[in-house]
Order: sequence, then structure tokens, then C-alpha cells
Amino acid sequence: MTKIELTRNPFIKNALKSRYPQLAVFIVMLVGYIFAILAGLIGTPVGSHNFSIVFVWIAWWAILILVAVPFFGRGWCAVCPIPLPGEWLQRGAVLTPPEKRPKWLNLRVPKMFRNIWLQNISFLLLALFSSVLLTTPNITGIVLAAMLFAAIGLSAIFERRAFCRYLCPVGGFIGLYSQTAPIELRIKDKQICVSCEGKPCYNGSQAGYGCPWDVFPGGLTKNTYCGLCMECIRTCPHDNIAVNLRPFSADLAKPSTRMDEAFKAFIMLGSAMIYAGVLLGPWGAFKDAAYNVGTSAWFIYAVIFLSIIFVILPGFFTLGILKAKSALPLKQRFASLATALIPLGLMFWVAFSLSFVLTNASYIIAALSDPLGLGWNLFGTANAVWQPMLFSILAPAQTLALVGGLIWSARTAQKAANEVKVSSIPVIIYSFIVTSIMLWLLL
Amino acid sequence: MRFYFHLLLFVMAGLVVAFAPLPVPPIAPQERTFRIDARQFAYSPSELKVNPGDTVTLQLVSTDVVHGLYVDGYDISIEADPGQSATLTFVADKQGSFRFRCNLTCGAMHPFMIGKLTVGTNNWLFRSLGLATLAVFGALISTKQKA
Repeated sequence: MTKIELTRNPFIKNALKSRYPQLAVFIVMLVGYIFAILAGLIGTPVGSHNFSIVFVWIAWWAILILVAVPFFGRGWCAVCPIPLPGEWLQRGAVLTPPEKRPKWLNLRVPKMFRNIWLQNISFLLLALFSSVLLTTPNITGIVLAAMLFAAIGLSAIFERRAFCRYLCPVGGFIGLYSQTAPIELRIKDKQICVSCEGKPCYNGSQAGYGCPWDVFPGGLTKNTYCGLCMECIRTCPHDNIAVNLRPFSADLAKPSTRMDEAFKAFIMLGSAMIYAGVLLGPWGAFKDAAYNVGTSAWFIYAVIFLSIIFVILPGFFTLGILKAKSALPLKQRFASLATALIPLGLMFWVAFSLSFVLTNASYIIAALSDPLGLGWNLFGTANAVWQPMLFSILAPAQTLALVGGLIWSARTAQKAANEVKVSSIPVIIYSFIVTSIMLWLLL
Repeated sequence: MRFYFHLLLFVMAGLVVAFAPLPVPPIAPQERTFRIDARQFAYSPSELKVNPGDTVTLQLVSTDVVHGLYVDGYDISIEADPGQSATLTFVADKQGSFRFRCNLTCGAMHPFMIGKLTVGTNNWLFRSLGLATLAVFGALISTKQKA
């Protein structure tokens, strides 16, 4: 399948180029986000009846992991409300660039932080406290507010969207998995970018802002760090930016060589497995340990959690590829072959989320009518009874996701192994073993 | 052409693994009774195993707050007040693995208060593992052919 340029369609192109459709979505999202913070802080402490828990961790999560990431990559980042207040302050404008920009520090993020290690750490921090975060409205409210203020603070100190690019715990894995999505933003003709004066897509112009994600579109080869904000479409004076429909996982044909991205793949793979065991499994002791933050059981849980992610999973992976004959150093082989775990990890999260979301989706209906749990009945659905949804298709859908993910991972492993001139067999066997464990945990 | 032939072969093998009827060993149905203690946010015992056709009685005893027990797939439930017990009897006529879970909001971790009922063999798990094995087998063959 070749690429199809969506921006050839004048309706799509105009909708993306105009700031107003995006602004309308931004405003709805920002209102929803602020309401989620308030609901978390002032609403009922019962999570399953509070908007912040039900709409963030069930509704938003379902849309993100089952639809947005697999099909639109960083599509969520294009409408995410978290960076908006900070960005508007930084720019001194909501829409087009102002005549005079405010004097913020506008520093460049130090080189040592220009990777996704901070995002790996921020995700792990949330993951370690997730049993509390996912179930306690005021903690969710505090975390959402903290992310909003962190984004504002970083916008005042650093240039562009430093929070999104280097700190957001969600943005890290969306970026990783966006490589599998069948949508991309790319340039049409490289020569035009080479000869373009001033590079307004990166540096900004009167038509728009320089890339908020600190990416030069002329050099884009994968989706990971492009936030699909569409600024470059607005600023390019040569109409050289396109949004394309493409085959799934096109970016994975050329594997990454970065350790921060490789470990992101392990973090996501391991977290999905741990959540499947702890949250959806029948073992009460694990749930107690994960929920009772600060106790000795929780510290043991945290150590086991981190050991699985940083020692056990990458350790067995390394053992598998250790003996492979290759001229490349082990570190580079490790990073490149870990690319195969990206589609597998995404499908692990799909399978996990299907179970969690279909079981708890009926809470959304009740929370719509009574979002704060204060006894309202806005739409007459406040007393909707909890009922699992689509139980009969759950197990087959999970099998389809996991076995499909395994096949996808094996195909990716073959391509990555071909690039680094080693055998893909150890990676395929590794993927089979972790998939079998995930099947056992979920079914 | 050869690729499509192999693909067709694997798809057909996959369909056999997924849907072929399996022999069920004849086991005389029994009456099984389980006392399940429910507390925030766990059941004890949390894993139950019965044979297909067994008449199962669950006696739910809540040791702290009001708890429920809903069995996925069977769509049946009971509720127990603190310190009280409630009883539910049903015939385990559906084979496989089913989660049972609290269906009355009982605290923060309520959505994750889960147990597991296995009726007979969890065939779907074994079929899924079979499909995964088949997928890997196909991948390894294609790797060998390309090498």
C-alpha cells in the first residue's frame, strides 16, 4: 500500500490549516480537564461515581488506547489541553502570533534532558502509585492539576513545549506507539526544505509559530516526536507539508538505536503485564501491596515492579540476543531489536484495557448524570446499574489482540534483525513467552 | 503463490485450533459448597475450581463493609451485609474461566476486587496458547525461508 496524502483534500487541508476548529476542540478539552480537576477535589471520594475517575481513567483511557493511539498516533497530543495555558502565556496570544511577544526566559532545555528518560521516570512514578491514582478522586485531581501547573512553569522557563516533549508521562508512550499508526505528517519534497530561507516551520513567522515540539519537519522520519499540532502546515510558505495515510507501523521498518526508547518499550510491556496480574488478577495480597502506599508491602511491590521492568524483562531479552553473531555492539543490537516490542506492547495495553474498560464502562452512564456524586440526576441516568458490557466477545477480542500483536511483533523483529544483520529468532521466542504469560494473566 | 498457499494453510490450522470441538471427559456432577470471605478488596478463597455440571453453592460472608459477588458470564450475583452471609446456588453449565467481582461499591479499590472461577478446563486459554504457538511457528518458518 502506498501513501495517500490526506491534505490533498481541500476540506481536510483547510480544517487543519485554520486555527478555529482546533481551538474549538481545545476549549472543550480544557473545560473538561478543569472540570475533572474540580470533580476530583470537591466531588465524592467514591471513585466509581466521580467524573475525574470515570471520565479520565475509563472513558479517556478507552478512547486513547483503543482508538486514538493505534489509528491516529499522536492525535491526542494535537488536542490535549495540558500545554495550552502555558503555551498561551508563553506566546502572549491564543491564535496567531502577536506583534510583540512576552519576555519569558525562553531557555533551551539542557542537552542532558533532551531524551525521554524523564518521561520514562514520570510514567514509572505514576505507575507505582497507580492503584491509588486510578481509584482516588482527589489524588487524580491533584495529579491533573500538577501536570497543568508543571506545563505552565516549564513554558515560562523553557522555549516551546518542554513539558510535552520531555516530561509528560503520557506523551512518552504515545510517541513510542505512534510509530505504529497509519497516519503521519511529513514533507513532500526535501529539496524545497533544503533551499527554504529562514525555515519558518521551525523558527516561526507571522503566519504561525515555530514547531512547538522542537522538530524540524524537513528531517522528520518517524512519528515519535511530532505532536501533530499542525503549526508547520500553517507556517510553510511552500505548501510542502502533508498529512498522509500510510501502512501500519511504517516507522518501525527502520529500528531505533536509542536506549531511552528501547527502555520505554520494556517499561510499557512490563507495566501492562504487572497491571494485568495485580489489578485484574484474583490475588488480594498483590492489590493490598499496590494500594497501601508507604507500607513495607508497597516497598516490596515497588522493588518487584522496577525489577521486572529494568532487570528481568530486559535481562532475558539481552540473554536471548547475546550470542547472536554480529559486528554491531550489544547496546545497539539491544536498542534496535527492542523495536519489535513496540507493537507487542501496544497490543498488551489494548488487551488489558478491553477487560478494564468493558467491565467498568457502565459507570460512565451514571457519572454523566451525577458527575460529582452529589445526588444529581441531570439526564435521568444517575441510577444506572453497573453491568459488564460485551462479556461474550471479551476473551476472543483479547486473544485476537495478543496473538495479532505477537504476529506483528514477529514481523517487526524480522525487519529489525534484517537491518542489524542478526537472527530474529531469539526475539520472536521472547515475544512468544511474554505473550503466553499475558494470555495466562488475562484469560 | 506459495506465500498465499502457506497463509491459507496457517489460517485453516488457526481455525481448527480455535474452534475444533474437544472431547469432554465424563465426570459425574457433584454438589460443591464454598464459603467465601469478602473483605476490602479481596475474596478468600479467590480461586475456585469446579467441574462442568456441578451444582455450586457460594456462601458469601462479608467481614467489613457491604460486598457483592457477581459472576461474569453467568450474570448472577449476591450481596452480603457486614458480618452477615448470603447464599447463591447455580449449576456450572458453562465451561471456562470466569472472573467474579464485587458489584457493590465497597471502597477505593472496588473495581479491582476480583476472584476467579474455573469450570472444567480453561479451554480458551489453551486454544489461545495454541494460536500463539502456531503464529510463532509460522514466523520461524518464514524467517528460515528468508535466511
